[in-house]
Amino acid sequence: MSQHHIVTPKTYVTILCCLFALMALTIGAAKFHIGPADQHVYNLLVALAIAGCKMSLILMFFMHVKYGSKLTAVFATGGFFWLVIFFTLLFADYMSRIWNSPITPNPYGG
Amino acid sequence: MSSAEAQTDNPHLAHHFESVEQQEESCTLGMWLFLAQEVMFFGGLFMAYAVYRYMYFDAWYAGSHHLNVSIGGFNTVVLLVSSFTMAMGVYFCQIGNSKWLFRMLGLTLILGIAFVGLKWWLEYTPKFHDGLFPGSGWGPKGHYADLANFKDQGALQLFFIFYFIMTGMHAFHMVIGFVILLVLMWMTKQNKFGPQRYMPILFFGLYWHFVDIVWVFLFPMFYLVT
Repeated sequence: MSQHHIVTPKTYVTILCCLFALMALTIGAAKFHIGPADQHVYNLLVALAIAGCKMSLILMFFMHVKYGSKLTAVFATGGFFWLVIFFTLLFADYMSRIWNSPITPNPYGG
Repeated sequence: MSSAEAQTDNPHLAHHFESVEQQEESCTLGMWLFLAQEVMFFGGLFMAYAVYRYMYFDAWYAGSHHLNVSIGGFNTVVLLVSSFTMAMGVYFCQIGNSKWLFRMLGLTLILGIAFVGLKWWLEYTPKFHDGLFPGSGWGPKGHYADLANFKDQGALQLFFIFYFIMTGMHAFHMVIGFVILLVLMWMTKQNKFGPQRYMPILFFGLYWHFVDIVWVFLFPMFYLVT
């Protein structure tokens, strides 16, 4: 009767193990400084990339997006797509504020 | 099969839908629309966090190194396992095993309460006690005494404002989940769910997994600032 895909316990267990491994990886990666000594952004990017992988696994398998319709996938990614636009415009502003600023070379004091 | 026939055949099909497939698709989209709204709600908080982290990185670094990675990490495991038990609940509902559905929902509830309980007793309470709650009571002391020497106390308070609001909002979502879980467990005992009617379990699962995803981002952003 139901058309909905039944995901097997084996798949769920595999995904859970992957999530544990990625969690260990993110804690491990935080113990090292990545990139130039005065830059912190690389560690953040690595942490976000790992979190993104975990999110994708949860979305695709736990939340059945992989087995749903394409329209569902559009709705599922729409919110995140909006966040990317938000982030890009916001940081285009904040990161460029210290450029060409004759009065205060760095308004954030470091 | 015409829609009139379909209605008489299947008591789970609402009269305004043509078929079960259409009903499931519509309900699923509605649930995802709600979750997209939740993404935007937490997204605003994450963006504000990102701007202030960019401005006051030193304060973020100092504050983060006074959060307990062991408890945060343990709680991450607890939450990931609770997402797993919830997903298994959906599986047992789909194959028509109400007994194990009830057990999985119960296990999810217990793990969720463990998460919030650990957070409250081992993380929030010591911070309230040692003056890390932003506002008039601010003043790091005791276990957090060395934070009192940090040059920019305002920025440090800002870090803890974000910490309490974002993790608190996450915990609040979990508490709402507890109430819904109790209702679903009660309904499971009434034999309301089965292979023909598992959408409420599936949709609560979506909500629960979403809350898990929020934590997946909160954990590195607060506990692991390097």
